[in-house]
Amino acid sequence: MLPGIGPVNAIAVLFPIVYSLGVPPATVLILFAGVYYGAQYGNSISSILLNVPGTSASAVTAIDGYALAKKGFGGKALAMSAVASFVGGTISIFFLALFAPLLAKLAINFGPAEYTVLMVFAFVALSSFSLGSLAKAIISAFLGLAIATIGIDSTTGVSRLTFGMLELYDGIDFIVVVIGFFAVSELLYILMEDQKIKTPIQSVTSLMISIKEITASIVSILRSCVSGFLVGVLPGAGGTIASFIAYATEKKLLTDKNEFGKGDLRGVAAPESANNSASVGAFIPLLILGVPGSETTAVMLGGLISFGIKPGPLLLENNPEIFWGLAASMFIGNFFLIILNLPLVGLFARILQTPRWILMPMIMMLCIVGAYTINGSEFDVILIMIFGLVGYIMRRAEFPLAPLVLGVVLGGLIETNFRRAMIYSHGSVSIFFDSAICITLWFMAVASLLVPSIMKKVKIK
Amino acid sequence: MSSRFKKTLSAILFASITAISLFTTANAKPSGVECIAPAGAGGGWDFTCRVPAAQVMGQLGLIDGTMKVTNMSGAGGGKAFSHVVAKRSDDQNLIVAASMATAARLGQNVYAGFTAADVRWVGALGADYGAIAVHRDSKFKTLGDLVEAMRNDPRRTAIVGGSSAGGWDHLKMLILADKAGIKDLKAINYISFDNGGTAMLEVISKRADAFTGDISELVDYFKKGDIRILAILAPERIGALDGVQTAKEQGFDVIGANWRGFYAPKNVSQARYNEWVDIVRKVAESSQWSDLAAKNGLAPFASFGGDFETFVGGQIDLVGKISKDLGFMK
Repeated sequence: MLPGIGPVNAIAVLFPIVYSLGVPPATVLILFAGVYYGAQYGNSISSILLNVPGTSASAVTAIDGYALAKKGFGGKALAMSAVASFVGGTISIFFLALFAPLLAKLAINFGPAEYTVLMVFAFVALSSFSLGSLAKAIISAFLGLAIATIGIDSTTGVSRLTFGMLELYDGIDFIVVVIGFFAVSELLYILMEDQKIKTPIQSVTSLMISIKEITASIVSILRSCVSGFLVGVLPGAGGTIASFIAYATEKKLLTDKNEFGKGDLRGVAAPESANNSASVGAFIPLLILGVPGSETTAVMLGGLISFGIKPGPLLLENNPEIFWGLAASMFIGNFFLIILNLPLVGLFARILQTPRWILMPMIMMLCIVGAYTINGSEFDVILIMIFGLVGYIMRRAEFPLAPLVLGVVLGGLIETNFRRAMIYSHGSVSIFFDSAICITLWFMAVASLLVPSIMKKVKIK
Repeated sequence: MSSRFKKTLSAILFASITAISLFTTANAKPSGVECIAPAGAGGGWDFTCRVPAAQVMGQLGLIDGTMKVTNMSGAGGGKAFSHVVAKRSDDQNLIVAASMATAARLGQNVYAGFTAADVRWVGALGADYGAIAVHRDSKFKTLGDLVEAMRNDPRRTAIVGGSSAGGWDHLKMLILADKAGIKDLKAINYISFDNGGTAMLEVISKRADAFTGDISELVDYFKKGDIRILAILAPERIGALDGVQTAKEQGFDVIGANWRGFYAPKNVSQARYNEWVDIVRKVAESSQWSDLAAKNGLAPFASFGGDFETFVGGQIDLVGKISKDLGFMK
C-alpha cells in the first residue's frame, strides 16, 4: 500500500525472481494478475485513509473516500471500496471471457478521432467537480493542462516548457502531481489549521457497511463496472479515465441526496468498481492485440515476451491456456481479496487513530518514498514539495483541485489525439463526426450535460 | 540500540567490507558490476541489462557475483547519460544499455550537449531490423509503390510509427525517402503513436496507409495474414518472414538496425575496456544468447570495440544530417 510502489514496481521486482525459478508462463501471468489486483486495492487504502493515491486510477477514490475518513467513516469507505472492487472485478471477468475477441475489434476501431471525442466527454465531467466557483474550476483545469504540456511533444519532437532541464524532458508523472497537490498540500493544510481545530481527523465510529448501504450503491457499482470495462479495453484511456467518468456519471445521475465531494459512499463505490473493471478490460488489448493498455500491462508484456510467449493476434490460437488461466485466476484473486480485506478493514482504519505527531511525518515519508520510486529521481521529490505548496495556496483560496488533476490526465491525451486526427483528415473537423462511435460519444457528452437538469425538473413535477 | 547489537553490526559491516575488497583484488574478472538501464522496467533497455547482461553474463561465468541492474529513466536515456558522464566517469564496473535510439538522440544533440566521445562504446549483440508494412488489401504492392505515393502525394499518404516525431521509426522512413531521392522530406506525413502496437492498429483499421517499425512488432500480424510487409530494412531476408524482400532487393539500399548494446564510462581503463568488449563478444557468440535473442525477435548483429565506435559514429552523423535537414535539431 505504499504510494508509488504500485503494481508496476511490484511486478518489475517479482519478475527476475520468478524467471530464475523457472515457473511456467501461465503461472507467472496468474501471479502478476494477483499482484496487479492486490496492489491496486492497497492503493485504495492509502488514498481513502491518507489522501495519498498511489496510482493515478485511485485519485478519484480519494475525493470522497478521504472526505468520509475525515468524518470518521474510513472503515465504511474501505469496506465499500472492497465490495465495489469485488463486484466490479468479478462481473468484468465474465465480460472478458465472453466478449474478448469482439471487444478487441472495438479497440481497433477506436482511432484518434474517437479518442478525442471520448476525452471531450470526460472533460464534460469537469463541470461535476466544481463545487464552488466555475471560474476557479476552469483556472484550476488550465493549470493542469499547462502541467500536461511539459516535456517533449511527440507530434513534432519539440520540447516544451522544459527550460533546458533534462528532468523535464519526459514530462511530469501524474502520480507526482497527485501526491503533491492532494497529499502534501493536505498535510500543510492540517498543520496550519491545527492551531484552531484540535481534531480534524476523528476516531473511527463505524467499521462495517450495512446491507442497506450496499444495496443503495449497487446500481452505481454495476453501471460503473460496465462503463469502466469498456474504457479499460481502449489502450489509450485506462483506469484513470474510467474512474473519472464513472464518478462524474454517478454524480450527475444521482440527484437525490447526493453528497458527492463531501463524503458519499457511492463516490467511493463508483470509481473503485470502474477502476477494477477497467484493469480487467486492459487485458483484452494486451492479450489479443499485443498492445499494453496500462503501465502494468506494459511490464507484463515485457515479462511474457521473455518467456517466449508473445501476446498478440496469435495468442488465442497458440496459447489458449494463458488466456483462460488468466480469467480463472483473476476470479480467484478477486475472491481472496475480499476475504482477506473485509476482516482487516477495522485494522486498517485504526491507522487514523495513530497520534498525529507520528501519523503526519509518516504520511510525509510515504509521499517522499512514493514520489522517489516512480523514476528513482530526487527531482520528483522536489516537485511534490512545490506542488504541495501551490496546492496549499490554492486550497486556502478555495480553488478546487480535482479539475487540475483531470486537466493533467486528459491534457496530453486530448492534444495528441486531436492532432493525430487532424493530420489524418488534412485539417477537416468532419472526422470527429464520421464514425458511429464518435456520434454515440457526442450524444453521451451532451446527455451528461443535460440529464441532471432534466431529472431535477422531472422530480419537481 | 543495545551495545551488543551495535558491536555485532559493526563486526558484520567490517567483515563484509574486507571480504568485498579482498574479492576485488584477488580476482581479475569484473565484480560488483552494475548495468544501468536508462528507462523503466519492461522496455528494450531494461531487457538489454537484465537478459544479455545480468542473466547470460552470469550464466557463462564472465562476471563475478551478480550484476546489479539499475533503472534510471528520464529524458529518453539522457538522464542516465549525463549521470554517467558527470558522476561515474571513473567507474570501472559499470556498463549502460544502449540502442539505436541512444545514437539517434546523440545525433540530434538532445543529451544536453554531451557527445558520443563522452563515453566508450563497448559493443552490440543483436538488432531488431526495420520493416515497412501496409494493410493486406492495400493498393501498395511493393516498396516502390509506396515511395512513389510519398513522392507524388505525400500529404495523402499517412505513415504511422511507435516513436515520436524525429524518433527512430520516423527516421527510418526518412532515410528511405532520402535514398529514393525525395527532396521534400518535411512533407512526409508521419503520425506518432505511443508504441509500435498502437500504431499497428492504425494500419489494421485502415486509418493509416503504412507502418514503419521493427520486425519484432509485426511478425504475428504478418503470420495471421492481416498485413503485407513491403520490405525489411535488413541486409538479407529473414526465415520467419516467408517471401518478404529486403529494401535493397527492391533497389533502395537502406539498412535500419535498431541494435542493442552497451557503453561504458569514459575513463574506464584500456584493460578493463578490452575485458568488457571480450565479455560482450562472448555473450553474443553464446548459444544461450542466440536462443534468447531469437525468442525476443532480435536478429544477429555483432559489432565490438573499435569497429563499434566507428559504426556508432557513422549512425550519429547520418541521423544528424537528416535531422538538420528537417529542422529537428536546434
